[in-house]
Amino acid sequence: MIGATGSDHGRTSVPHSIDAAFAALPLRALADAALARARALGAEHADFRLERIRSASWRLRDAKPAGGSDTTDLGYAVRVVHGGSWGFASGVDLTMDAAAKVASQAVAMAKLSAQVIKAAGSDERVELADEPVHADRTWISAYDVNPFEVPDAEKAALLADWSARLLAADGVAHVDASLLAVHENKFYADTAGTSTTQQRVRIHPQLTAVAVNGTTGEFDSMRTIAPPAGRGWEYLTGTGWDWNSELEQIPGLLAEKMRAPSVEAGRYDLVVDPSNLWLTIHESIGHATELDRALGYEAAYAGTSFATFDQLNKLKYGSPIMNVTGDRTAEHGLATVGFDDEGVQAQSWDLVKDGTLVGYQLDRRIAKLTGLGRSNGCAFADSPGHVPVQRMANVSLQPDPGGLSTEDLIGGVERGIYVVGDRSWSIDMQRYNFQFTGQRFFRIENGRLAGQLRDVAYQATTTDFWGSMEKVGGPQTYVLGGAFNCGKAQPGQVAAVSHGCPSALFRDVNILNTTQEAGR
Amino acid sequence: MSSTNRITKPHEIVERALELSTADGCVVIADEGSSANLRWAGNALTTNGVTRSRTLTVIATVDGKEGTASGVVSRSAVTADDLEPLVRAAEAAARGAGPAEDAQRLVTGTPASPDFTDAPAETSSAVFADFAPALGEAFARAREGGRELYGFANHELVSTYVGTSTGLRLRHDQPNGTLELNAKSPDRQRSAWAGRSTRDFKDVDPTVLDAELAVRLGWAERKIDLPAGRYETLLPPTAVADLLIYQMWSAAARDAVEGRTVFSKPGGGTRLGEKLSELPLSLRSDPNAPGLESAPFVIAHSSGDDASVFDNGLPVPATEWIADGHLNRLSTTRHTAGLTGMQLSPGFGNLILDAGGEKSLDEMVAATERGLLLTCLWYIREVDPATLLLTGLTRDGVYLVENGQVVGEVNNFRFNESPVDLLSRASEAGRTEKTLPREWSDWFTRAAMPALRIPDFNMSSVSKGV
Repeated sequence: MIGATGSDHGRTSVPHSIDAAFAALPLRALADAALARARALGAEHADFRLERIRSASWRLRDAKPAGGSDTTDLGYAVRVVHGGSWGFASGVDLTMDAAAKVASQAVAMAKLSAQVIKAAGSDERVELADEPVHADRTWISAYDVNPFEVPDAEKAALLADWSARLLAADGVAHVDASLLAVHENKFYADTAGTSTTQQRVRIHPQLTAVAVNGTTGEFDSMRTIAPPAGRGWEYLTGTGWDWNSELEQIPGLLAEKMRAPSVEAGRYDLVVDPSNLWLTIHESIGHATELDRALGYEAAYAGTSFATFDQLNKLKYGSPIMNVTGDRTAEHGLATVGFDDEGVQAQSWDLVKDGTLVGYQLDRRIAKLTGLGRSNGCAFADSPGHVPVQRMANVSLQPDPGGLSTEDLIGGVERGIYVVGDRSWSIDMQRYNFQFTGQRFFRIENGRLAGQLRDVAYQATTTDFWGSMEKVGGPQTYVLGGAFNCGKAQPGQVAAVSHGCPSALFRDVNILNTTQEAGR
Repeated sequence: MSSTNRITKPHEIVERALELSTADGCVVIADEGSSANLRWAGNALTTNGVTRSRTLTVIATVDGKEGTASGVVSRSAVTADDLEPLVRAAEAAARGAGPAEDAQRLVTGTPASPDFTDAPAETSSAVFADFAPALGEAFARAREGGRELYGFANHELVSTYVGTSTGLRLRHDQPNGTLELNAKSPDRQRSAWAGRSTRDFKDVDPTVLDAELAVRLGWAERKIDLPAGRYETLLPPTAVADLLIYQMWSAAARDAVEGRTVFSKPGGGTRLGEKLSELPLSLRSDPNAPGLESAPFVIAHSSGDDASVFDNGLPVPATEWIADGHLNRLSTTRHTAGLTGMQLSPGFGNLILDAGGEKSLDEMVAATERGLLLTCLWYIREVDPATLLLTGLTRDGVYLVENGQVVGEVNNFRFNESPVDLLSRASEAGRTEKTLPREWSDWFTRAAMPALRIPDFNMSSVSKGV
């Protein structure tokens, strides 16, 4: 029921209602008009999605306002299966006539598709996996304080205070601060009878301190490693992250980094902190286990996957201690929802079990096409102007229930590097070859940290890297990292996604010296 | 008032929003957009769509004792009833923001666009009236020829109306079309790519591109394994575009003066005037470049390192960023031009590299004793801002050239290279031609580049990806 505070999962103790202004929109009336028109025009399936997404950014440069924006995207989309072909159209006029017209456009697009398919001599037809009907369901993400209810002046003042603290430290020449916040409302209805209304909040604060050596011209930076979170303003005021502690450490870490020796290229054991490992998981497991990619539906753009469908339950992805889940239910996860954009209820499932590929991320069409049964709820569109595509769940590496602390993992390394924070990332179009850098690299000598290193990048092949994972840390090392800006599909879409992981120990990984790579 | 509901034309919405403003200054930007797209995989359409969008951005400026503040609020699907709350929200945002560092007097004096009151331009699925059947024909040919086609065709049209409280009334229509075609062998062990940018889809034929790709898949029938290393390499125009777009994103004057980019000079100052290349390279942008036309005035929906909302409406001149191989300009807003003492050089909507070369890529291949011919680059990310070291991968075909002939396909590579260093090491530039940047085509499509010959391109490791 719209406006209710009922929940399915993933709630905190602070109750919220669906935003009243969103609930007051003619959601059901527009959906009925669009779905009725689609039915009348012969659609086998039709779904209607109305979204209002408010995204805002605040930027400070050296503690002074340096630009911001506050954007609200409101519109709706109609997607149909007509004559065995997809059709999609979107609109912005919130009238029943307009909604019906958009449904007609979607059917017209399906007919255009059918013409092309016929010209190509194909007999391919779109069919969707069954999903139970979820009627009048409401879901709200876990947050305490809607960041949009906090005065802008308070946000700017906090960012300015944090920036000033860093600027006051010796060796900090510049500070960049930013805050991103999103409040997303989504209404979905389809011709099977499912209708859902959802509300999500997410936030991402980030500060970067820059040091410049005026004599040598060398410069470097140190960024906060606090991840974006499916939380509200409380994330900046003490819930979920210790900002005071992190800000206090950064100037000293930056000064040490400026003095640090350049790494000697070669092979090292790595202890990778969750603040870095989340991104390696995202690129080498998250994207690789999207079944639409593995089947070729992203081949021209984002690429395919080495984890092809014929290797399900066979592919040795990594070492036997590797267990990875797909999860759309994790509290505070950026990809956490109640229902996806095809009306499928959120789920949690295994992707890699004891080192073997055992699952994929699915939407309804891919689930039907491959005979895998029910979709696991990975359809998502980032705006009302975009068609839902199969997007990433929160993909997370599970900790060892009795696993070691990060310090103890480091203690097991004779000569290695402890990697903290993400920076640069790149992986090939089948998810084999990757190269990552980080914020902080600490030399490990005889089980102890021995100062920072500079110019470090690690480069590996996905299965070699995960095969070299000797230990995963315990639950006490587990952190939910993530990003707001995972890109996929054409037209391009961005999605927010979280990845949880413990610290982990990898043996004998190739380390590059990036200065040498630059030919210097 | 309900009567305001009758206001639906973009220019009327702009005028009404300006009337409602009670701030010291106001900029209103109305973006009316439409798009149509087709996407395909394995010789079959997968998704498609037509969209309409309408976004109104209100930028309020509020003067105070400590300076002028700005507030930026955008809303889509704006109706006349939404206007007053939107204007008030921008004013409230300005009051809550504190003095804006980039504050300047709003722009005056740019002549009004004669079509300011005209209806927005619009695209629809009709743009594919000839293209869609040709695409179906290309699918059929590909199927007969043992190829699978993957790709995307997109056309969009955005009409932007800018009005300011200082009297500017400007409008720009930006068509933007892209076609990307990827052909693979059925076992997906061979892959080839071609892309085109277009303003109207009248100058692109998927059957012609499919024929080009069939040739390349033929080249790939002979596989040659090569290890990582430094190779003489021919970078095609699309790859050059992707690298130089990134270089331009790193060319903000203020960052350089502050000592934190590749264009900073050790000990202070910038590298302006420094010779970057032995070739007579000219890197320029020009809003009136034929076939690559872009907005002739600044359109800034938010402020950033290389844009300022206060500059909205400022004329964008043709700018030569590199002249005769020397670094000639770094990007500035009026604010950062004042800070740095540099010339005003606002943004770029297209990018053209020219070294006077006349050879086609085929002619450069014919003049190659032994080297690699790339198709395109992928997943380009910055590794080190000090050198502008970028990493990324080759994709969809790396070919070995021996004695002027393509003799087979080589494995893909990860590269680590800086575009600034590449310009210094380039030994030859070919003929400048319009090209579609593969990596950045989501955001940037208007480029003309030559192929470049690099004697020692750093292939850092082998990628098994196809």
